[in-house]
Amino acid sequence: MDDMSVTATTALDVERVRVDFPYLEELQGGKQVAFLDSAASSQKPRQVLDAMSRFYESSYANVHRGVYRLAERATEELEAAREKVRALLNAESSREVIFVRNATEGLNLVAYSYGLNSLGPGDAVLVTELEHHSNFVPWQYMANRTGASFRMLPLDDNGELRLDRLDEVAGDDAVKVVAVGLTSNSLGTNNPVEQLAEWAHERGAILVCDGAQAAPHRKLDVQALGCDFLAVSGHKMCGPSGAGALWGRAELLERMEPFLLGGHMIRSVGDEVTTWGALPHKFEAGTAPMAEAVGFGAAIDYLAGVGFEAIEQHERALVTYALERLGELPWVTTYGPPPEKRAGIVSFNVEDVHPHDVAQILDLDAVAIRAGHHCCQPLMRKLGVVATNRASFYLYSTAAEVDRLVEGLHRARRMFA
Amino acid sequence: MSEFDQLYREVILDHYKNPRSHGLLDAPDVQAEGQNPLCGDEVTVSLRFDGDTISEVGFEGRGCAISQAATSMLTELVQGKTADEVARMPKEELLDEIGIPLTPVRLKCAILGLGVLKVALHKGKGTPLPEEWAGADDLTIT
Repeated sequence: MDDMSVTATTALDVERVRVDFPYLEELQGGKQVAFLDSAASSQKPRQVLDAMSRFYESSYANVHRGVYRLAERATEELEAAREKVRALLNAESSREVIFVRNATEGLNLVAYSYGLNSLGPGDAVLVTELEHHSNFVPWQYMANRTGASFRMLPLDDNGELRLDRLDEVAGDDAVKVVAVGLTSNSLGTNNPVEQLAEWAHERGAILVCDGAQAAPHRKLDVQALGCDFLAVSGHKMCGPSGAGALWGRAELLERMEPFLLGGHMIRSVGDEVTTWGALPHKFEAGTAPMAEAVGFGAAIDYLAGVGFEAIEQHERALVTYALERLGELPWVTTYGPPPEKRAGIVSFNVEDVHPHDVAQILDLDAVAIRAGHHCCQPLMRKLGVVATNRASFYLYSTAAEVDRLVEGLHRARRMFA
Repeated sequence: MSEFDQLYREVILDHYKNPRSHGLLDAPDVQAEGQNPLCGDEVTVSLRFDGDTISEVGFEGRGCAISQAATSMLTELVQGKTADEVARMPKEELLDEIGIPLTPVRLKCAILGLGVLKVALHKGKGTPLPEEWAGADDLTIT
């Protein structure tokens, strides 16, 4: 297919976007890499790399406390990045935005600081069968440590959550935490977090949202979602590795115990007792990932410049096209909901060819997809598979790359048939 | 030879599609299993001995072509050898047999069966385990 159906439905000019991404200048066997693994981590535009270099060259010093101008400039840049994250998530205040390494660290922060201190026997944590291990394992662990029960909301055959079974799954325990991803990293399912938040709040529970797979692709609004915490990873949204953010409601963050202890997070340190600093510093012990946060901020600017709506439309067109092309192959099984209910992610299996073999054969044609359990072993068990192939799309992905994927699958099939 | 043929040479595909010694033994002297959680490869190896000699091998598993073909090839390599000989067998011997360039990730697929076999020998005959698998009752390669 030419790009007709993609360009006709979107304002995103993919060729213009691709000029910004240096990875496309590095050829593999004479070919541009068809990078279809953005759900694991995205590629970076030059604007982000430049912003980080500039920071290191002209504004680098440790933030806060320093009285000299370099330290002031570094602090201003870090706080400007925080403000960008606040705007991205439509949080009320930048006090509610905590820089972390990635969504995993943000979710662990909530599990330790909130979960460990508020769960006990008779309480329950409710997660879903779709969860990435990062929003599953910390809660399973906290439930086991505190004696709380650990409940899993099942999926239907489309990969959508069975909201009708919420009450039944919760049982008689006092549900204290509901943990759910906004978008599934395996199936691409967009989950009804608003409804889950409403249900959680009726029961007196908090809702902890993993936003890692949603934030790169659509404009989020934590106030509209109604969640209590939301974690995102900068590296999945054109930012550098090592910078992510946790947003939490100030009244909860204020009540919580700190997570990491040490420098910068204190108010005063006595010989016996220490008191904690104000938000967000209470949760930011040690030197912050400063250049990474600046890069994250630049990534947010970049994405906002392209436009989240345009990105979302572009990916929807690609995922629709990919599902259509894969649907033509009787020896390919795809998983998950119809295109209108999912983000730019397609999980699939090729009959009689293990995903690792598929991925390896595709790599020979410079097509990069992920193969494995995608940190979703409970979901893989549910699907009855050990692993799947996953192709995921982003603003720089093209329909021609989907075609290269399909060609590669034919090749894998021929080899193993 | 193309890159593809190097990676999936005919013999690998043959062992994958027609695995040798496939199926677990009835009443084995010893059995061990292992996983490679990264790809979800699974291998179970069962053995029967005649004195110290491996008289019969049977395996089952599911996983990628490399892991299953390598285990199949391994069963041919070790039949009739003593437990000691196999326990001391360096992984390079199997890798030479496989004869394809392997990235670090795929290397783990390739040596899964060998690790499980050595664990089985350890359980059955008390042979030493390689250092990296010391103390294993079953094997998980991560």
